[in-house]
Amino acid sequence: MVVRTRVNGEWREADVWPGTSLLVFLREALGLYGSKNACEQGECGSCSVWLDGTLTCSCLVLAAQAHEREVRTVESLTRGDQLHPIQEAFLEAGAVQCGFCTPGFVVAVADLLEKDANPSPATVREALSGNLCRCTGYQKIVDAVHLAAARQRAGA
Amino acid sequence: MQVLLPHSLDEALAIKADHPEALPLNGGTDLMVELNFGRLRPAAIVDLNRVAELTAWREQDGHVFLGSGVTYTSIVREMQAYKPLVQASRSVGSPQIRNRGTVGGNLGTASPAGDALPVLAAYDAEVILQSRARGERSLPWNLFLTGPKKTAIAPDELIIGTSWRRLRGPGSFSKIGTRNAMVIAVAGLCLVIDEERRRVNVALGSVGPTILRATQAEERVAAALTTSGTWDDRSAPLNPQWVDEFAELVAQAAQPLDDVRGTAAYRRHGCRVLAKRAISWALSEWRLPTWL
Ligand SMILES: Cc1cc2nc3c(=O)[nH]c(=O)nc-3n(C[C@H](O)[C@H](O)[C@H](O)COP(=O)(O)OP(=O)(O)OC[C@H]3O[C@@H](n4cnc5c(N)ncnc54)[C@H](O)[C@@H]3O)c2cc1C
Ligand code: FES
Ligand code: FES
Repeated sequence: MVVRTRVNGEWREADVWPGTSLLVFLREALGLYGSKNACEQGECGSCSVWLDGTLTCSCLVLAAQAHEREVRTVESLTRGDQLHPIQEAFLEAGAVQCGFCTPGFVVAVADLLEKDANPSPATVREALSGNLCRCTGYQKIVDAVHLAAARQRAGA
Repeated sequence: MQVLLPHSLDEALAIKADHPEALPLNGGTDLMVELNFGRLRPAAIVDLNRVAELTAWREQDGHVFLGSGVTYTSIVREMQAYKPLVQASRSVGSPQIRNRGTVGGNLGTASPAGDALPVLAAYDAEVILQSRARGERSLPWNLFLTGPKKTAIAPDELIIGTSWRRLRGPGSFSKIGTRNAMVIAVAGLCLVIDEERRRVNVALGSVGPTILRATQAEERVAAALTTSGTWDDRSAPLNPQWVDEFAELVAQAAQPLDDVRGTAAYRRHGCRVLAKRAISWALSEWRLPTWL
């Protein structure tokens, strides 16, 4: 079936098997490889995107459900070669090792900081409870969130 | 495979009438996993995301109606007056899962570990079903949930929502698992006090083939609250011995099995602990001055 979705501000369409997930649609049909495919069962968050502004695991959305709707992916955060401040904070805090979980975390953190500019440590941990990292042990990711939040508040 | 995208309830019911084999899809947090792993290959799927009639909740004539498409995130944000339901919703999965998962999907899956289900059972909720051919019908939760992952829904019906009488009195939902997020309950319990009918309702999840009510425990503790005079004077304490007996009777009501997440003995013990906490919380909440 033909699925037509507004992705990162641009209308895109592709003819896919009707059982295709939004994640596979983004990666295989549209060539947007930022959203990662790790578990396909909602456990790891590496496929996190916004569907009509709501943080979602794209592996658990049928591409057809996003038909005529709005999707934002991690790719929307960078401007050309310029990293988003959250991505900068991840690099500086050492929150990236293999990097496979990073796009999902960055999207989840961006979602959190849009809603709460000064999240408490507990809020940060709860907001990231849907994202798994097998490398960092999380502490540096949490540090990166606080660094990004502080800079955002300072207007940097 | 065919995916159908109705824009209204009438359209969705017409699709179910013409394609009873079409599987309803709501948040997809259960169904998409089955699809991704090739465990399900339905001939057709009917997406309910665009059916606005299912995504609202309302209060009317002392009753609450919760649409089958209301997400856990919306419940947490909008339904603070229903504390046990909010507590159960908050315990589901992660932000991403709560943003998409619905109570309708929890009912549709009918897992004994569905966290919204003990709350609906403690509320004595009814499940509202509708088909184009026969219109609407309402089933008490225990007639809807017929077994593990089994429900009384007919092939041409959709779950419209659930409804319960608004209760006055404290209550809570709590669950036991290996961590505080992303965890399937090893045992879950909802307790609500119904001041008007002078009843205590207790429902258990994850400790039997389906959701269970601890009827004997409910009756004994309601009688004990009469003996202690607590129904009339909330500051009148319940004898601690009755609290222990209540917890024991709740544990006895469980029908647990050994599985990878826990042994039957551990689950039963979990029910005892949850029951004791839940009744203690409810009684202390009750003693708080109403202006708090
Ligand atoms: C990572 C992860 C963590 C989870 N954690 C929890 C948890 O902590 N607690 C918990 O209880 N659950 C949990 N779940 C399971 C799931 O999120 C819940 O069961 C949720 O309520 C399902 O809702 P949904 O809208 O996503 O259902 P869907 O997947 O869309 O549908 C589920 C089933 O219900 C049927 N259905 C849906 N809507 C209707 C309708 N209106 N009429 C008829 N049938 C319908 C579907 O056909 C399907 O069989 C988790 C799932 C994942 C992936
Ligand atoms: S790939 Fe979607 S949550 Fe893991
Ligand atoms: S950096 Fe390797 S999984 Fe997170």
